[in-house]
Amino acid sequence: MKQAISINVNGVDHHDEIEPRLLLVHYLRDLLGLTGTHIGCETSICGACTVLLDGQAVKSCTMFAVQADGANITTIEGLAANGQLHPVQEGFWEHHGLQCGYCTPGMIIAATQIIDRNPNPSRDEIRHGLEGNLCRCTGYQHIVEAVEYAAKKAAG
Amino acid sequence: MSKYVGQRIKRTEDPRLIKGLAHYVDDIRLPDTLHVVFVRSLYAHARINGVDASDALKAPGVVAVYTGKDVAEKIGPVPCASALPDLKVPDYRVLATDKALFVGHPIAAIVATDKYVARDAVDLVSVEYEELPAVVDVEDAAKGGTVIHEKFGHNVAYKLTSGEGDIEAALNSADRIVTQKMIHQRLAPIAMETRGVLARYFPGEEELTIWSSTQIPHLLRTQLALMIGIPENKLRVITPEVGGGFGSKLNVYAEEALLGWISMQLGKPAKWIETRRENFQSTIHGRAQVGTVEIGCKNDGTITGLRYNVFADLGAYHQLLTPAIPTLTGLMLSGAYKIPAIQMNVTGVFTNKMATDAYRGAGRPEATYVVERAMDLVAKELKMDPVELRRKNFPKSDEFPFHTATGLDYDSGNYEAALDKALDLSGYQKLREEQKQVRANGKLIGIGMSSYVEICALGPSQAMPAGGWESATVRIEPTGKVTIMTGASPHGQGQETSFAQIAADELGVDLNDVTVIHGDTAIVQYGIGTFGSRATAVGGTAVLVAIQKLKEKAAKIAAHMLQADSSRLIFEAGRYSLQAATAAGVSEPVVPVGQAPAGALLEPATEGKSSLTIQEIALAAHVAKEIPPDTEPGLSATYFFEPKNFTFPFGTHICVVEIDKETGETKFLRYVAVDDCGKVINPLLVDGQVHGGIVQSIGQALYEEVVYDEQGQLVTGELMDYALPKASQVPWFETDRTETPSPVNPLGVKGVGEAGTIGATPAIVNAIVDALSPYGVKHVDMPVRPEAVWKLISEA
Repeated sequence: MKQAISINVNGVDHHDEIEPRLLLVHYLRDLLGLTGTHIGCETSICGACTVLLDGQAVKSCTMFAVQADGANITTIEGLAANGQLHPVQEGFWEHHGLQCGYCTPGMIIAATQIIDRNPNPSRDEIRHGLEGNLCRCTGYQHIVEAVEYAAKKAAG
Repeated sequence: MSKYVGQRIKRTEDPRLIKGLAHYVDDIRLPDTLHVVFVRSLYAHARINGVDASDALKAPGVVAVYTGKDVAEKIGPVPCASALPDLKVPDYRVLATDKALFVGHPIAAIVATDKYVARDAVDLVSVEYEELPAVVDVEDAAKGGTVIHEKFGHNVAYKLTSGEGDIEAALNSADRIVTQKMIHQRLAPIAMETRGVLARYFPGEEELTIWSSTQIPHLLRTQLALMIGIPENKLRVITPEVGGGFGSKLNVYAEEALLGWISMQLGKPAKWIETRRENFQSTIHGRAQVGTVEIGCKNDGTITGLRYNVFADLGAYHQLLTPAIPTLTGLMLSGAYKIPAIQMNVTGVFTNKMATDAYRGAGRPEATYVVERAMDLVAKELKMDPVELRRKNFPKSDEFPFHTATGLDYDSGNYEAALDKALDLSGYQKLREEQKQVRANGKLIGIGMSSYVEICALGPSQAMPAGGWESATVRIEPTGKVTIMTGASPHGQGQETSFAQIAADELGVDLNDVTVIHGDTAIVQYGIGTFGSRATAVGGTAVLVAIQKLKEKAAKIAAHMLQADSSRLIFEAGRYSLQAATAAGVSEPVVPVGQAPAGALLEPATEGKSSLTIQEIALAAHVAKEIPPDTEPGLSATYFFEPKNFTFPFGTHICVVEIDKETGETKFLRYVAVDDCGKVINPLLVDGQVHGGIVQSIGQALYEEVVYDEQGQLVTGELMDYALPKASQVPWFETDRTETPSPVNPLGVKGVGEAGTIGATPAIVNAIVDALSPYGVKHVDMPVRPEAVWKLISEA
């Protein structure tokens, strides 16, 4: 029995009829074609699927799309505004905060939330804020530097 | 100083990745794609008495179900490329036929129009199992009991002795012998992107394209062509963005062949994306050695000999390099030291588990751990400082090339320089003094070190199963843009940037005018791949030499166009100039790069010119009106670089930990890494490799372990059960370098991809043992979990 949902993703309204068991990440990737959000573990440990749902970082691999009915979602594709990279994206580029790039969209989304909540985070606070996101390549140090860069940049 | 090489250049591949616009396998969408899901064995060891898929086939959306019987005669076995004397090689079919030999062993493939439907249908397939006793413990399996492959009569796949020198005499001549059993636990590589395959067959053209998340597109093409029985020139393998490998994608897997074959049967694209649970069950594991080291020493600390007797837990079948990995351990047992006699006796053993194979480091972390733990045990035995013991046994910098008793010739090295730099950076003497003080206050502080050598740039073809060279094609297009095609397809290492740096400097062009293409066998000439810290040393050298070849031709054309003898030409900053005329004014390029007029290509006007850019020459070479009569049109060159030796990077890592007496938890206070990877192309990328490698070492030292229980059930089947290090669990790394160029390649690079996973593990464990030494602890096995430490403290 399909269910109707209305979701705003990256500023665009979508109205779809979907199966209640469809995961949010599959809705974003398979129905909307937004493949920047990745799946790394299906158990909400790795954070590769992190998106912003009404401003909160959530793991879209363990949430049903119907639970996001009426929500505003931002995915990695929606982060850059008017062709300008988000400061966190810029920081990841400047500080080599990525290697294979697979965890990167989720990492970047999680990092935006860290800075939203705490505009001047310490290194320990950044590391704590990234606990829900696993990276197997970078060893995290360049990611921490990337977030520091972004916090400074966002503060002007 | 070079404009690009040696500089911290940010990566050109990053924009697509940070915007979420890159394409990994699952991001590639083809119309009418069918989805494949596997039925996998629930048991470690079981006879399969029947597979009934009739209910699954009735489910709406299910297109086909294939079982082992359907494909046994159609698809060749999963290949093993290792050749060892008397090696037992089981017949590894892509789907289990009469027996399942490990949890996750694929039994049937379900094909459906939708992935949810395919997954549902797994529960509708009924497999009749007859459970058999599982073979789990590697030492027990070697002794006897249940046999996994009946035709061999036992579970020993091979026995091998390696090394040089009279080990008995060497150990007999020692004043003391230290013996220690050590466990290198089984690890899961865990690339963040799991494996995935998309296959598309065009029945008319008889062409099959396979997109696979792999480190070795060309080797995969060759092997899949043989397995599926399709001509190799009708099979195209594309590796799109690859989300990490760490050796786990340096392989040829059953699913890759099956997907290609299924697409050929059904004439439609077929996709399979591995779940993380499948990744734990059926993607190769690493390490899994249980061994005992004996090391002999004189009272003054001189090492006389080292013997390592080891059982290697190979798993149920051989994947591509499974049996060969422990042989790499044998090669590296000399570590950074002069050891006159070395022997390794390895017994490779079948167990009811997933195959082990190359996981980042691949046999070398085990060797380094054995040697560096043994050095600390000797230091303890002799009451020597571990630094002085190591220093005493280093070969001096003028003793290179240095021949080891494992049969290698280390290319170049200055081990003391790296050691001294690490001592300085860490303030070692002061650390030891501070340690004394805080110990007096009852705090458990440990200082650990490791002076490692690794074997990289794999390698000479003589030492490799399927070629050790690497290839590059360099082409300058008519508009002056530079295209590089490398056989060393990366998966996070950043070759699109580092190879462009090499090319931009050599050609005197802007970095942004260079594009590096990789990972498509229809476009790129045959290559070997990215693994074994080889891409820059072997693949980068191929780029360099191909450019040099291209420039020979460009110089000929330039001389012809400038009507001068080529001996009068100099090449500087991308421009060929007549030597006498260099100061006489530099002309404007006729067709500025990127601004070529629409329509026909203009002929470059050379009248009255005294210099030409290499990009102008590229245009002339394509227009081909003004080139020497004996010269082929076009401007490209291909080179296959065959290295004459491996390279041997080295370094010293120093780690300071504090152990919480109450909880047994280990906390990092300092981590200092001084690595020497030869010449550095991009220090930013080198730092990234070192950091990532050390964190994988931290994972092995403290957290990670693939656990199979007594029934062979995989207990650590998800990331919920298998602990990868988190950002909050790892320290700030203080890194530095020494730079000893390698004589093996003209770039002087050695490789750095695995340094961290090789050098760091023993430094961490040595620090923990040092911290626990007040309790008389001499050794502790990995992963060093709090409960084990707490027990040691409580029982002391």
